Amino acid sequence: MKELIIIFIGSALVNNVVLSQFLGLCPFLGVSKKTDTAMGMGTAVIFVITISSFFTSLIYNYLLIPLDLEYLQTIVFILVIAALVQFVEMFLKKSVPSLYESLGVYLPLITTNCAVLGVALINVQKSYGVLESVVNGFSTAVGFTLSIVILAGIRERIEFNDIPECLKGTPITLICAGLMSIAFFGFSGLI
Amino acid sequence: MNKCMERVYNGIIKENPTFVLMLGMCPTMAVTSSAINGLGMGLTTTAVLILSNMLISLLRKVIPDKVRIPGFIVVVASVVTIIQFLLEAFIPSLYESLGLYIPLIVVNCIILGRAEAYASKNPVLPSAFDGLGMGLGFTVGLTAIAIFREIIGSGTIFGAQIMPESYEPVSIFVLAPGAFFVLAALIAVQNQIKINKAKAIGEKTQLETGCGSDCSHCGNSACGTRKDN
Repeated sequence: MKELIIIFIGSALVNNVVLSQFLGLCPFLGVSKKTDTAMGMGTAVIFVITISSFFTSLIYNYLLIPLDLEYLQTIVFILVIAALVQFVEMFLKKSVPSLYESLGVYLPLITTNCAVLGVALINVQKSYGVLESVVNGFSTAVGFTLSIVILAGIRERIEFNDIPECLKGTPITLICAGLMSIAFFGFSGLI
Repeated sequence: MNKCMERVYNGIIKENPTFVLMLGMCPTMAVTSSAINGLGMGLTTTAVLILSNMLISLLRKVIPDKVRIPGFIVVVASVVTIIQFLLEAFIPSLYESLGLYIPLIVVNCIILGRAEAYASKNPVLPSAFDGLGMGLGFTVGLTAIAIFREIIGSGTIFGAQIMPESYEPVSIFVLAPGAFFVLAALIAVQNQIKINKAKAIGEKTQLETGCGSDCSHCGNSACGTRKDN
């Protein structure tokens, strides 16, 4: 249990997926204009990463290792993730339409999110079991949601500020992200 | 041959993936903490791009149109896996320092972008040169950013000390926040150049059309210099 808590804090705060590992930057910069949409994206990411880390680690530990096919991990993972996102989308559309409505456009966008593949590979690299992988996936996604929602909050405020013309848009967002990244260094003493 | 050289020029200068197209930002920021890493990542991506472009160009008549994206992804993932093993065997130091970011080349949008935009429509040789050009452009971009960060962050280039002994390295620039700041500065400079250009054109058209620069009452919503949007 203690180990799982350490994984959670480590992945969500200390080694934040966006702010210190630079995974999933595209949605981080693209979908962070409003807190609502950022929250939607975050929820979708939590959903997909948790499920995909469960399946990828299951496949890796019980299919690829016994068959000595570890070298196929990249190919297998990317296909599993792409297929999984499709299935999740179809499943939600049929059985949980309300959730599908709220996640809507974000689901297909997630396939291109390198954080999903990144988490699957990190799980393998650190030789986590299935349970640890799921916890690691979930907490990484929570870290992603945390940072994207905070960034969206900051950007909503920035809208009303007078900033130099050339910094408008992406540059000021990147500067905010950089400052957040410095702030997140403060967590490094936690574990 | 001319067409091939044009593709290389196009990749390095005209459509530079880092500075102009702004593609593949994750590796750009993650591995540029030292010049040698930036160069290594750039050349690795170049190798993947050339091989994947050639393969996809060869297979362009075999892969059905409807499943082309999954097909491309499988080709790219296979190439990346091969390159990863080659690196592990022959340049283990680079393999160690790039780590996770080598398999993540699969999701680099430059590679899939070139496959979709160029290699799936053109013959093998131009596709290979297109990959070479784009890859070199990416390498130039990564190395430039990495050199900048390394000079400020640790006072060295490719590990060789170039700043005077008295220089106190600003180590935040080789850490994660530095990547954000350097990229922000880079885009800001580009924006400024664009603004200056737009102003120069705007002044010209103002004279020509006699626009009173009162954008809010002007009916021409397609005007490129409108100030209310």
